[in-house]
Amino acid sequence: MVLIAGLLVQGVQMLLVVALAPLLVGVVRLTKARLMRHRGAPVVQPYRDLMRLMRKEVVLAHNASWLFRVSPYLIFAATWVAAALIPTFASGLLFSWAADLIAIVALLASARFFLALAAMDVGTSFGGIGASREMMISTLAEPAMMLTVFSLALIAGSTQLSTIVEYLAAPGVGLRVSLGMALVALVIVALAENARIPVDNPGTHLELTMVHEAMVLEYSGRHLAMIELAAALKLLLYISLIGAIFWPFSIAGSGASVGAYVLGALAYLVKLLAGGVLLAIFEVSIAKMRLFRVPNLLGVALMLALLGTLLLFVSRSI
Amino acid sequence: MDKLAFDIAHLLAGSLLLVSFLMIYQDRLFSLLRFFALHAVVLSLSVAWQAYVQDAPFLYITAAIALFFKGLIIPAALQKIVRRLEIHREVEQVVGIGITMLAGIGLTALSIILMLRVTANADSFAREDMAFALAVILLGLLMMVTRRNAVSQVVGFMSLENGLILAAAGAKGMPLVVEISVAFSVLIAFIVIGVFLFRIRERFDTVDVGALDQFRGDQK
Repeated sequence: MVLIAGLLVQGVQMLLVVALAPLLVGVVRLTKARLMRHRGAPVVQPYRDLMRLMRKEVVLAHNASWLFRVSPYLIFAATWVAAALIPTFASGLLFSWAADLIAIVALLASARFFLALAAMDVGTSFGGIGASREMMISTLAEPAMMLTVFSLALIAGSTQLSTIVEYLAAPGVGLRVSLGMALVALVIVALAENARIPVDNPGTHLELTMVHEAMVLEYSGRHLAMIELAAALKLLLYISLIGAIFWPFSIAGSGASVGAYVLGALAYLVKLLAGGVLLAIFEVSIAKMRLFRVPNLLGVALMLALLGTLLLFVSRSI
Repeated sequence: MDKLAFDIAHLLAGSLLLVSFLMIYQDRLFSLLRFFALHAVVLSLSVAWQAYVQDAPFLYITAAIALFFKGLIIPAALQKIVRRLEIHREVEQVVGIGITMLAGIGLTALSIILMLRVTANADSFAREDMAFALAVILLGLLMMVTRRNAVSQVVGFMSLENGLILAAAGAKGMPLVVEISVAFSVLIAFIVIGVFLFRIRERFDTVDVGALDQFRGDQK
């Protein structure tokens, strides 16, 4: 019975993340459009785009290898697994033994690895540019992410995400300057990893500045749909992760009642909405950075994460 | 209560250290001066919290001195000097920001390790304040070493002195006379440095201290 309930909650979680991801993208786009006084597409537009792409024919380059065809599914699968491990509305998930923060970082890194390989596969110059830029950004963002993980692990005594969330939701955490620094570092990393505005512009195909769009330029049809859905899932994953770690209240614990799960799900929807709107406001109010200034921004994230980890050693207790 | 008090002290001292890092990160003189004023404001908050926790009313005077002189007068005066000197407003650095930051992180780690060893049986407030204060002092020194512009070296010196005040506030029983005399000696030092800045500028047409090297006696 417990097993069935656990399976059910885990299944709901897996379906929920993939169902909500395009909606989140729609909310961000609509808010951005409204803030710029455009009318904007309705929030369900990303679903329509995905359906349409699914129906369309795939156009492949003559020299595309099997890797090019397999990569979209690999990327989607890795991102989906990572997103399914985040405690969104319930922390005691059936697979939470696997929900190690380091494992999640590794899953995302392997998705990025395949994306970069696929971008270089056909041999167009844009793919190469995009791949090299993406790798530069990720080599800078990943250490900052890992240091944030370390400082969270030092506070909670585990890299297990559900343990961290349960520890942070308890009142014994107190006021910690390290958590604030970790939050800022994680937000900067999330902006960089999701190709959002100060690092990359998700809404343009302007040749000189694009990073993520340059890599997926050769894709079409259902392959493109997979990659777009994976990108939406990644955005949802980062917002859920930040929400779960820094606003862990009302996440249902293991063995909670049905009411607690419903409450957790409602709170999760509010978190996603707040995250999406805040992201849109941030993106509208800031200009895109020159590519060569991105290392400075990510250096700030790295420094904050490292400083947060260091400061933990003089705090009340580790 | 005691836990929360410690957490707030830790938060304020940690923010002081963070502002020190932000000062190293700045590459414009005016934003550097603004962050220096913020540094003094955070310092005075931290000292005022120590005064409240330790129940030591004279520390409030120290906080007020920090807020008034370092948060208002000295940044305003430095801004005026920068305007009067008509130097260009970018901060020249000896090495890049990244390397400086890494060095700063290293110095912070060093001071934390050192202070945790040395003050093993002091009370926890003094311990963490000492560790942060040493880090702030070392970062001030680092800033003086890595900048070529004399104005930002002055800012480095002043932030170093902020670290000293933080250490003094953490250690119980520092007499008020010492605090006041330190504050005024810094003010005197500031005036002397200001005069020197104008002399350097008049003589060499720049405040880049690298220009002074060629006038040293040991070089041909």
